[in-house]
Order: sequence, then C-alpha cells, then structure tokens
Amino acid sequence: MTWEDSDIQALRHRAERRRRIGRVSTYTAAIVFGLVAVFPFSWALISMFKQSSDLYVKANNPYWFNEPPTLEHIRLLFIETNYLTFLRNTVLVGLAVTAITLVLALPVAYALARLRLRWGERMGIAIFLVYLIPPTLLFIPMTRVINYLGLQESLWSMIVVYPTITIPIASWLLMGFFKGIPMDIEEQAMVDGHSRIGAIRRVVLPLMFPGIVAVIVFAFTLSAHEFIYALAFNKSSAAKTIATGVPTELIRGDVFFWQSLQAAVIMIAVPLALIFNAFLDKFVTGFTMGAVKG
Amino acid sequence: MNAVTDTRRRRYLADNPRFLAGIFMSPAVIYIIALVGFPFVLAIIYAFTNITTGNPDLEFVGLDTFRAVLADPVFREALWNTFWFAIIANLLVVVLATGLAELLTKDFKGKWLVRFLILLPWVAPVSLATITWLWTLDSIFSPIDWVLREVGLITENMYWLGRPGLAMASVIAVHTWRIVPLAAVIVMAGLIAIPSEINDAVAVDGAGTWRKMFQVTIPLLAPIIAVAVLFGVILTISDMSVVFVLTRGGPTNSTQVLSTWAFFKGIEGGALGQGAAVALFLLPVLVAITAVVLRLARRREVM
Repeated sequence: MTWEDSDIQALRHRAERRRRIGRVSTYTAAIVFGLVAVFPFSWALISMFKQSSDLYVKANNPYWFNEPPTLEHIRLLFIETNYLTFLRNTVLVGLAVTAITLVLALPVAYALARLRLRWGERMGIAIFLVYLIPPTLLFIPMTRVINYLGLQESLWSMIVVYPTITIPIASWLLMGFFKGIPMDIEEQAMVDGHSRIGAIRRVVLPLMFPGIVAVIVFAFTLSAHEFIYALAFNKSSAAKTIATGVPTELIRGDVFFWQSLQAAVIMIAVPLALIFNAFLDKFVTGFTMGAVKG
Repeated sequence: MNAVTDTRRRRYLADNPRFLAGIFMSPAVIYIIALVGFPFVLAIIYAFTNITTGNPDLEFVGLDTFRAVLADPVFREALWNTFWFAIIANLLVVVLATGLAELLTKDFKGKWLVRFLILLPWVAPVSLATITWLWTLDSIFSPIDWVLREVGLITENMYWLGRPGLAMASVIAVHTWRIVPLAAVIVMAGLIAIPSEINDAVAVDGAGTWRKMFQVTIPLLAPIIAVAVLFGVILTISDMSVVFVLTRGGPTNSTQVLSTWAFFKGIEGGALGQGAAVALFLLPVLVAITAVVLRLARRREVM
C-alpha cells in the first residue's frame, strides 16, 4: 500500500488542527487561572486609590474611577498607622530568623547529604516530620514557655520560635542543593590537602550560593507569613508584624480603613510575588533534588 | 612537634564522618527538641489538667477537660467544619493544581505574567491575602454583588459572609484559592521529572490528550500528587488566619474550626487546658498523614 498525497495532506491537516486546539486551550487556561488568582488583588489595587466618596457608593462601577484617584489613603497608612513599625518588625524578625536558620540548617543538610550516615535517611525523614507538626498544636504551651522566658511582647519571642518552622524545610531544601554538587569536587579539594572543613568552606559553600539564596527567600517569607504564634505572643502594636498588625489594628471594631488596608496588602504581596517568580525554578530544583536518593 | 600531632588529631577528628555528623546535627536537633518536643509534651499534659491563665498550677483532672470540651456543641461544630473544609478544599486543589501544573510546563506567550499572578495568592501572607477577600466579599460594596446586580441576577446583596452556607463556601474557596499555587508547583516538579522518552513513546503510539492524561501522566504523578495533598491538608486544618480574618468563626459559629476555637478558648478565654485539648484533636489526622508520608518514603518514589 502506498500513501497518496491526499492522505498525507489529511494527516497534516489533522495534526495542525490538533495543535491549534491545544494552543487555544492553553491560552484559555492561562487567562482563567491568572484572572481567578489575581481577582481579589485587582479589586484591592483599584480600591487603594479610590476616594471615599467614590468607593462607598453602592451603585458606582467598582472597576472605574468615578472620581479622580488619590494617594491620600497610602499617606494615611504611613503617617497615621503603625504600618512602618510592623514593616520594620517583620524585616528584623525575618533577618534574624533567616540567620539562625542558615547557621543551624546548613550543617544538618550537609551531614544528611554527604556523610553517608547509617541513620542519615531516617534522620532526614524525622526532620521532615517535624515540619508536619503545625503551630496550631503547639501555640498554647508555647505561649507559656515564652512567658516563662520573659519574651512576650517583644520581637525575641518570634525570633526564638520561628526557626522551629524554618529549620526543617530549610534543611530539606539545602540537602537537595548539596546533593546537586558532585562529590568529586570536594574529594579533589581534600586530595589537594584541604581538610574536610576547609573543602566545605572554600569549594562547596561558594557552589551552594544559589541554594542559600533560595533558602533566605523561603525562610524570610515563612517568618513574614506566620500568624498564630505572633497573635498569641504579642498584643502590643510595638511588637506586631504585618501579618498580625494589619488585620488587628487597621480594623478597629467595626471601623474598616478599607483603602489603607488594601494598600497595606498590595505593597507586600506584589514585591514578594516578583521575588518568588524570579526564584521559582530554583525552588523546584531544590525540592526535586532533595527527593532524589543520594 | 607536639603542635603538629595536635593539628593532625584535630584534622583526623574533623574528617571522621561520625564525629563531624554529631557536631553538625546536634545544635539543630537540640533546638528542635527544646522548642518543638518540649511544648508538644506540654500540650498533651495541659489537655489533662484544668490549667488557666489565672491558675497556672498543673492539677491533673484526668479526662474532665476532654469531657468539658466534647460537651460543647460549638466544639463539635468546629471539628465537623475542620474536616469538611479540608476534604472539599483539597479535592478541588487536586483537580485544579494538576491542571495548573500541566499549564505551567507548557510554553506560551506571557507565561511570566501568568506565573506572577498565580504566585500572588500563595506568597502574600495568608492573613493579608484574606483581607482582600474580606473586601471582595463585603456585605455592601462587594464587586461580585455589583456585577450580579448589574446583570440582573440579584436585587438584594448576597451577604457572602453573613449566611452560614455561603460563609462556609467562601472559607473553602479562599483556602482552595491560596493552596492551588503551592500544590501546582509541587506537581510541576513531578511533571518535569517524568522522563521525556515516556512522552515521546506516548506520542509515537498516537495517544490523545485525554488518554495520555489518564493512562500515563496521572498514574506517574500519583505519588507527588499525594505529597501535594499532604501539604494541602496540613495547611487547611492548621490554618486559623482565613477564618479569623473572614468570619471570626461566625455567623453563629457556623465556620468555627479547631484552630480558631482553640485560640478563642485558650488564648482569649484563658482556658489553656481546654484550648490545648481542642488543638489535640488535630493529632489523629497528623498521625495518619505521617503514616502516609512514611509509606511513601519507603516506596522511595518521592523521598
């Protein structure tokens, strides 16, 4: 049997049609997912620039500036609320937590990835399991522990406790990145006369740079997200982070400062999403490498 | 001479894997035991005492605390809600995240923007992201209601958070909305890990999109989807910020969950023992999840 030209033509047409349907469905899915994800943020973004006399009219088109936009509510947020204090607290806590996390998790990850320990695999799983114990289960006794240590109403309460959340996940991520660095490089450095510590410091750590940056972003974000401990430990605005300060202080009783609230959210969410978008591939690599048997 | 042997011994010690492992792992292990292990034991002890903020003595009362907690109809509602929320939200998450992961492995124009938009719900602190929903579902100024009114579907507003059924649906929707991106990223990692030869073989065999999806992709992805569900379940049952910000458990406790109820009882109400007992009801679920993780780990497909 031989192929007629018309048969080939028909096959080609079918393949072309299939490709076109595929492309249409890809773009439809992309638009739908994107719109649903951004939907409440889009309303927040418009609201933060609206004048009250425009926003609080039920009949007004919410997606239109019926009166000229204003920066007044953003000014209010920075001048008349504790937003800057919350931001500063979030950054301080995030930096301290990230530092503690790296110092404690890097050695663990190295040991698990490299030292061929008999109990290494079990230890790796045990660390992952700690991540499964949520703050919800621990926050009541933890509040007592914090009070006993005298750390309540201070940033230290969060700096001390948050690494329990970040260390497990950071160890897991870093383990993946360590496994991604060929053992030969390290062994060569040791043959060249470096001690193991020297080899780690001079050869391995520089190669770990992308992984370390990924963990910094991750640990910082997790500590900025934390809600239940922060709410239980600190009631004074001087020791609140954005996660607890914005919902508890910018909503007073029944009075909502809607435009300022939305501005407070947008100014955090957008930069974080930009950073994560840049690092997404790194995270995916880190997690999959951690899953590969070394 | 002596100095040389000293350095040698030190170097020998540092090169001994078991010694090095001890030094490397003990700080983190001690930290975790002190601040996770110890409070964990305390949480269990508290649940068998009648400790309150006013009376911090540990006086054991056996199962009395549990009896008091169980007798409370609000607790039963919270327990029920927690499981329904987790089950429905995660069923939705599995379907949507698998679809989204498929999408994110494809090449298309504007992918950068779509990725950015999809990451927003996940990377914004949950309590803040929920505030945008609180405003979107506002009883008077909700833009959803405005559209529905303009189209003529409703004349009165919906009161999304003011009616029990709608409030539950809203809480579930917000949970799903914020977990899908994370689950999709996890599933995407699994998709990338499928060897391209398999996809080529499927293409040569002429399998269509749906057959490929159900007979090849989904079976291969099952373990990693399980991991995504694991994360999803833990995030839904342990999170309190969505309910705390959206409804504070209302209207009339219809959206109360274990985490918010433990907080209102234990921290705001000062009944530490009862709060701890409420939170402890999460433990069976977590143990079950742990068992699944360990099984997966033994099968060596994902760990």
